[in-house]
Amino acid sequence: MAKILRVSYTVFLFFIVALASFAENENHDNSEMASEEESFDALGMIMHHISDSHYWHIISFEKKDGSHTEISLPLPVILLHDGTLSVFMSSEFHHGESVVKKGDSYFKLYHDKIYFTNSEGEIIKDEEGHPVNEKPLDFSITKNVASMWMSALIILGLFITAARKYKGSPSMPTGVQSFLEPLITFVRDDIVVEQLGEEKADKYMPYILTIFFFIWVNNLIGMVPVFPGGSNVSGNIAFTSILALFTLILTNINGSKTYWKHIFAPPGIPTPIKVMLVPIEIVSIFTKPFALMIRLFANITAGHIIILSLASLMFVMKTYYIAPLSVGLSLFMSMLELLVGLLQAYIFALLSALFIGMAVKEEH
Amino acid sequence: MDLLTPDPGLVFWTGITFLTLLFLLRKYAWRPILHALRVREHSIKNALASAEKIREEARNIEVLKKQTLEEAALQRDKIIAEARELKDKIIEEAKVSAQKEADKIIEKTRIQLEKEKREIVEQMKAQVAQLSVDIAGKLLREELSTTTKQKEIINRYLDDVSFN
Amino acid sequence: MYTAIGLGLIVIGAGIGIGSIGKGAMEAIGRQPEATSKIQTAMIIAAALIEGVALFAIVLAWLVA
Repeated sequence: MAKILRVSYTVFLFFIVALASFAENENHDNSEMASEEESFDALGMIMHHISDSHYWHIISFEKKDGSHTEISLPLPVILLHDGTLSVFMSSEFHHGESVVKKGDSYFKLYHDKIYFTNSEGEIIKDEEGHPVNEKPLDFSITKNVASMWMSALIILGLFITAARKYKGSPSMPTGVQSFLEPLITFVRDDIVVEQLGEEKADKYMPYILTIFFFIWVNNLIGMVPVFPGGSNVSGNIAFTSILALFTLILTNINGSKTYWKHIFAPPGIPTPIKVMLVPIEIVSIFTKPFALMIRLFANITAGHIIILSLASLMFVMKTYYIAPLSVGLSLFMSMLELLVGLLQAYIFALLSALFIGMAVKEEH
Repeated sequence: MDLLTPDPGLVFWTGITFLTLLFLLRKYAWRPILHALRVREHSIKNALASAEKIREEARNIEVLKKQTLEEAALQRDKIIAEARELKDKIIEEAKVSAQKEADKIIEKTRIQLEKEKREIVEQMKAQVAQLSVDIAGKLLREELSTTTKQKEIINRYLDDVSFN
Repeated sequence: MYTAIGLGLIVIGAGIGIGSIGKGAMEAIGRQPEATSKIQTAMIIAAALIEGVALFAIVLAWLVA
């Protein structure tokens, strides 16, 4: 298994580098770049790193002649506009320099977002500097989507390999199986069975297990500082919102009579208080998954921001003497974030199981 | 607030990816793994139960063995005691009979000796008588001339003859 | 500036809350070491709920800023 992984990783890297060399983009005497070099924009760098992108950035460096070179992997852009679907590679934007014409529409990439423009590629801004151009529906395979697919493939590879070892008569766990089995039994016994009870556990087991490992692996990939990792998938509100939405749906479509009765007619409570309580209960249906969404998003994003801030300390202060502190602290924070990554996956899975468990519980 | 606005494209792709992953893992990973774990737990539980049963049986067998051994030892002791008794009895009997035999032999021998002694004495008596007769004859024949001589001769012959 | 003050207050509140949960859990574990796993689960749930409230406040602070 390890060998297969190693080989496939090498092949993958080879293809990425081969592809990326076509996407090499050189900015000669760009005035914006020149000014950026004078004062390092830490906030801009951090925001760029934690938000989604149409390029999978690999490395950027300065050549001896002072030109800024950025090597990145162009990703497919899928746009839905006026009932038509446009699919093209993001390299056509040339990092926001070119206007792309598809059908009768013109598109321009501005700060990682795609806008409709006129044929000149003009971006109209309001007084605060935000563009007011219309945006097409963007279903592109962005950096986050690609990274998410990579982690999904890793999860599938690991667990299907492990599952294959379970064929035949019961035996001692070996290899990847002995690594994953304690995790699976941990989620099964300490999260699902504990919160849902023996008889209801089986129904929700796949959901909780999948959500736990999906979030955890995405958290871990976000902590990898070099190319295929580092994307802020699980710290993206879109990612956490859809997972929280699934928990919301599962909680409410499986809600028992008792659950709905406690919301709309809490027993043993006088009517005036009931009038106040029922709206609060109805709101709390939505606040619980909303808290799940915000918690995961904020924890992971905050971790990325802290590590990136510590890393940019040196450039902000313009001295090398801060480097030991900067490296030491970001190493420490990275360690902490590895723990937080596991903890947040655990909490998301635990609270999902708890909410579902509270909803499906019958009258005792 | 760009960070707090979910991007519909990413929402869509995350949903698709998650549901696909859920479906695939459910079919190809969770179901076989959880099933195998349950089977293994059952088999371990059964194995433990049967081990306990076997241990119980072994304990019973142990008790039975001990009992049998104890009985056997008792039996053995009894047999040995009996044998010893028998042996003593046989030895005693042998001794008694041997004593009896010996006594009988001694008695017989004594009787024999007595008989032989008597016979010897009888013979000696006869011989003495014969000798006396012979001596008397000689005395009569040779030494009847002088009484002294006769007496001498008689004494000399009598001295020669000793009665043992 | 007011956002920053607000965020600071949120962090103080959440810190005190989660801190006292941790204290309670530690004491409970000290009293009953055999119930550690149950106490930990309850502690994490309670801490997560407080954290949830704090995060709401942070999001609201960002939104109104």
